[in-house]
Amino acid sequence: MKPLKKLVDWIDYRFPIIDTIKEHATEYYAPKNFNFWYFFGGLALLALGIMILSGIFLAMSYKPDAQLAFGAVEYIMRDVQGGWLLRYIHSTGASMFFVVVYLHMFRGMMYGSYKEPRELLWVIGCVIYLALMAEAFMGYLLPWGQMSFWGAQVITNLFSTVPFIGSDLAILIRGDFVISEATLNRFFALHIAAIPLILVGIIFVHIVALHRVGSNNPDGIEIKKHKDANGHPLDGIPFHPYYTVKDSMGAVAFLFIFCAIIFFAPDMGGYFLEDNNFVPANPMKTPEHIAPVWYFTPYYAILRAVPPMFGSQFPGVVAMGIGNVIFFLLPWLDRGKVKSIRYRGPIYKVFLTLFVISFLGLGWLGTLPATPVYTWIARVLSIIYFAFFILMPWYTKIDKCKPEPDRVTFH
Amino acid sequence: MTKHVDHNKRLLLVAASMAAGGVAAAGAGTPFVMSLMPSERAKAAGAPVEVDIAAIEPGMMTVVEWQGKPVWIVRRTQAMLDLLAKHDDSLADPDSSIQQQPEYCHNAYRSIKPEILVVLGVCTHLGCSPTYRPEVAPPDLGDNWPGGWFCPCHGSRFDLAARVYKGVPAPTNLVVPPHKYLSDSRLLIGDDRKGKA
Repeated sequence: MKPLKKLVDWIDYRFPIIDTIKEHATEYYAPKNFNFWYFFGGLALLALGIMILSGIFLAMSYKPDAQLAFGAVEYIMRDVQGGWLLRYIHSTGASMFFVVVYLHMFRGMMYGSYKEPRELLWVIGCVIYLALMAEAFMGYLLPWGQMSFWGAQVITNLFSTVPFIGSDLAILIRGDFVISEATLNRFFALHIAAIPLILVGIIFVHIVALHRVGSNNPDGIEIKKHKDANGHPLDGIPFHPYYTVKDSMGAVAFLFIFCAIIFFAPDMGGYFLEDNNFVPANPMKTPEHIAPVWYFTPYYAILRAVPPMFGSQFPGVVAMGIGNVIFFLLPWLDRGKVKSIRYRGPIYKVFLTLFVISFLGLGWLGTLPATPVYTWIARVLSIIYFAFFILMPWYTKIDKCKPEPDRVTFH
Repeated sequence: MTKHVDHNKRLLLVAASMAAGGVAAAGAGTPFVMSLMPSERAKAAGAPVEVDIAAIEPGMMTVVEWQGKPVWIVRRTQAMLDLLAKHDDSLADPDSSIQQQPEYCHNAYRSIKPEILVVLGVCTHLGCSPTYRPEVAPPDLGDNWPGGWFCPCHGSRFDLAARVYKGVPAPTNLVVPPHKYLSDSRLLIGDDRKGKA
């Protein structure tokens, strides 16, 4: 016996390495009709890897101290060899992570990937999305610039609008009566240890759940219905080598764009790194215009669109929170007979288009200062945003679906 | 030895040990939650601040830090004070009936001395610090702007008595912190008890 084979056998006797590789790669069958939209799950995993790697190295030069944090980031940018590159990889990575996650979620909505039997897979994904937002928000405080400070001030104050317990809750989150070093230190701990651990854990669970039910596909039909004599789906191909190779191609294209941003537009015109964050945090003065980073702006626009009611801002905060978690309910709101948009009727297509317009429109408005006209546009778009979900049980039921094919198709 | 299993007894024992374990877990969790609350040092940082206000020119504002928050001190001109009563209709709480100020500042000017306004520069909406805009009717704020504060975060507006306008995100007037005069030009912010500071 060859030495390598002996080694593999030795391991396999003690750890099911061969079975694991078979079950999750070489004999894990994925539908053969994946299109462009199916790149983004794997790319999200790649983005996670990039963030963990660059983050670990940034943490080696960063100081979570209110007096030193801003200077430490500048030190990384100017004096640490290659530090500017690590920092731009990390800051660009944050935005690119959200780009691929939003596209990944949109893919799920377009092809009905949340529908039976993938409800739990979708719910786990929504948890990942929430954890990712918490991770991004806490990371944004660490450079201790003006936007870091005032962004955190606004978000922690959202909790203080909760009736009765609000102000104590905000103090518990901040660890002080205002955003201070206590807040910076705990956000650092959560950003580099607690939430990444949770993220990695639930992403693992997400993939385990995926491999249990199998991937959906652009036709939204179950490939497990038609199997060959060996029990493999007729419309499936082994994940490895077919999709590992295809996904590598996607990764190259993704990294091409990624590098272009890092080297030519690392602040992306103020959308990835905001101009005001190059000014040290000053608790005495709010910048003239503050806005969150682009991936939070749709929810921020919803928050601003809701006027105070009963002398409290809480309704706006609730609307924002619901806008955030309403994705959890999609599997149970959708009563359509088919999964994929290819076989849905016109009503769903119109609603999904309106939803995309409202999401992008709110995202755009959230970056702008609030004027009365913009506030009214944001209100209209917020109503469309929620109508997509709330009216879904009705419009998906009356919508006229086309018949699904028996086997997957190629377009 | 009998093979009989008393399921009720087993259930009781499981429940009892889970309850005991739960109490222990809650107890063990206490230091973790306690460490998240403000430290003794953070609590002690709330000491009163003494300010000399003699140098503030009429119409000008100065900012001092108290408990880590900005406190604004404005020396309002007579013209500013005269404008205050003219826009009560557009304010959410023109009479300051919601207690956002100590009783001694519950008046038309929301201050001890009419011209000196002392107010916490923290928007009652989500805690941004609004921008001082004392000029009358600037192009970006409209013809009806009598001077006041504009919050850049979410567009809340306040007049020169720090009273909130209707139809903006902030629900209430800005907070007037406890304060008192130690002499004509020396102000103590954070303490309003009579006698020695």
